[in-house]
Amino acid sequence: MFYRQAGDFKTTYREDIHTFPLRQDRIGYYILLAFAFLVVPFIINDYWASAVLLPFLIMSIAALGLNVLTGYCGQVSLGTAGFMAVGAYSCYKLMTAFPELSIIIVVLTSGVITALVGLLFGIPSLRIKGFYLAVATLAAQFFLVWLFNKVPWFYNNSASGQISAPVRDIAGVMVTGPEAQAWAKYLFCLVLVVVLAWLTRNLTRGRIGRSWMAIRDMDIAAEIIGVNPLKTKLSAFGVSSFLIGVSGALYFSVYLGAVEVGEVFGIQKSFLVLFMIIIGGLGSIFGSFAGAAFLVLMPVLLKNIMVAGLGWPTDIAAHIEFVIVGGLIIFFLIVEPHGLAQLWRLTKEKLLLWPFPH
Amino acid sequence: MSANFLYTIEVILNGLMAGVMYSLVALGFVLIFKASGIFNYAQGVMALFAAMTLVGIQQGQVPFAHLINAAFGTKIHHFGWTVPALMAILLTLVVMILFAILVERIVLKHLVNQEPIILFMATIGLAYFMEGMGDLMWGSELKTLDIGLPSGGSLWLEEATVGWGAEGSGFYGLFIDKLDIVATGVALALVISLTLFSQYTKTGRALRAVADDHQAALSVGISLRKIWVIVWAIAGFVAMVAGIMWGAKSGVQFSLSLIALKALPVLILGGFTSIPGAIIGGLIIGVGEKLFEFSIGPMIGGATENWFAYVLALVFLIFRPQGLFGDKIIERV
Repeated sequence: MFYRQAGDFKTTYREDIHTFPLRQDRIGYYILLAFAFLVVPFIINDYWASAVLLPFLIMSIAALGLNVLTGYCGQVSLGTAGFMAVGAYSCYKLMTAFPELSIIIVVLTSGVITALVGLLFGIPSLRIKGFYLAVATLAAQFFLVWLFNKVPWFYNNSASGQISAPVRDIAGVMVTGPEAQAWAKYLFCLVLVVVLAWLTRNLTRGRIGRSWMAIRDMDIAAEIIGVNPLKTKLSAFGVSSFLIGVSGALYFSVYLGAVEVGEVFGIQKSFLVLFMIIIGGLGSIFGSFAGAAFLVLMPVLLKNIMVAGLGWPTDIAAHIEFVIVGGLIIFFLIVEPHGLAQLWRLTKEKLLLWPFPH
Repeated sequence: MSANFLYTIEVILNGLMAGVMYSLVALGFVLIFKASGIFNYAQGVMALFAAMTLVGIQQGQVPFAHLINAAFGTKIHHFGWTVPALMAILLTLVVMILFAILVERIVLKHLVNQEPIILFMATIGLAYFMEGMGDLMWGSELKTLDIGLPSGGSLWLEEATVGWGAEGSGFYGLFIDKLDIVATGVALALVISLTLFSQYTKTGRALRAVADDHQAALSVGISLRKIWVIVWAIAGFVAMVAGIMWGAKSGVQFSLSLIALKALPVLILGGFTSIPGAIIGGLIIGVGEKLFEFSIGPMIGGATENWFAYVLALVFLIFRPQGLFGDKIIERV
């Protein structure tokens, strides 16, 4: 009744290929964006920024990246955190080597550097597939973390082995460093998220995206009908690593400020991002966001209920979190292998018919 | 003989022993993969879980004690008895069999005919679930596992070989942990008994039939679901053995589940479908990473054991995607 496509006519091809073909979807999306840009920055406080919003925004870029590779192109990767570390360390090196450079350029360049590293580790994917590839990406994960731990050049010989982000600003407003305001960090991340999500969305709808999906669905068949596996797989690795690199750079410079590589970018983080896209929905942009939101919010919620509400010790809360996350993964794979995104799609289909289901 | 040469021998020997430990975990992977085509990521966590359960039962811990205490404000921790080692092992085995049945009923049954990668991810979920569950049941602190296995360096071997080094070279004989020798014996016994089991018993033949072809096995009246329970139970048993060995070596703790990850490159080297492959792959990885750390490690900062196995597997895969002994990969549209 309230949500329908009747009467929403398309008179040009341009309108027909809109990102959101339904007018109501579009309006809802604009309202959401307006709320995120115009209202949230004024009501945000440090707790919300550091516990919920920043991790959500930054991890959704990483989830987006992994979704390009795993969800759209079908190449399972367990090396996400390793690539995030590449982004973080290139960000650090660029920030310290060229203090004049704008932080925006630094973050994007870190993405490009990560993309190059990703291409390098993507080359074996041409010969190996499935979980063989998953194991091969573990090599990237462990090797990269070890490299950043052992080679002093990467952390500028600092005594602690940590890297910490120097203060940078955009047009006089600080976005990194301890003095930066919550709203500035938030807006900086939000702009990047919106732009990157928009780009990714359009990439996946175009020729490249279609060739990714062809390779995912059946690589030999795709090759036979003329999809070049070399170009397709490597472009997926490149785009995916770019996004993951940007997310790593933001995670380090804007969110944490100081990073110890083994702790922050360990194998657990790789799994976290993988879980985000499984729960959110493989091969869906919306799913990347939904999964990231879910897995960022759930621990906060659990902690608030069990530690603050019931007064249980934090370690029990952490264990229960493990149980719930594991259980949810299995639950989603059994009940809805396409994740939250599919639930959302189904809801919309039902709503189109509601309240007259025939 | 020069001391350097002798040290190299010692490194190789210790690498072989470490390799046996990896093989123990890899064995469980191969069993499940052969019978159900599932790449069971949770194998390492199963080992951890089995070891925790064993310690918990042996020391008479109350399951979920922490949770109960937190929820009801009680202060219970132990039943106040200790169970003999053998009894505890048997009870743990019962738990692992129950676990196998539950996994089949709750998870696998619903995932029949899904793509392998979905099943793989489901086992990652299972791993997380069990990790949290194990910690909830038995507490997450470091535990010592003691069921009376010998440990410490073998004095006999040291004395027998001390004369090999030149006078004043500082060589005190080859050092091998007794526990590693026991582990080798156990692994050997395990492989032999598994081979005998799958060759000469009815169930074993059914297992091999399922591994060969699910549908053909179904058509001659083999119950797939029963076979899966059996396979997971056997894998649980192998996990328990691995858990006991690793637990006795380095204590029962979270990092135990990370050895599962080390078993992955072992599998890749050996091939997913070959039991001898799992053993030989384990030995190659064990020796390879110890030798690499010994010879090249000091030059590039050490701690190369973290990644060497994976990079070796990666390089190896590029040249031989099906592993040393795996079945040839044939692809059809």
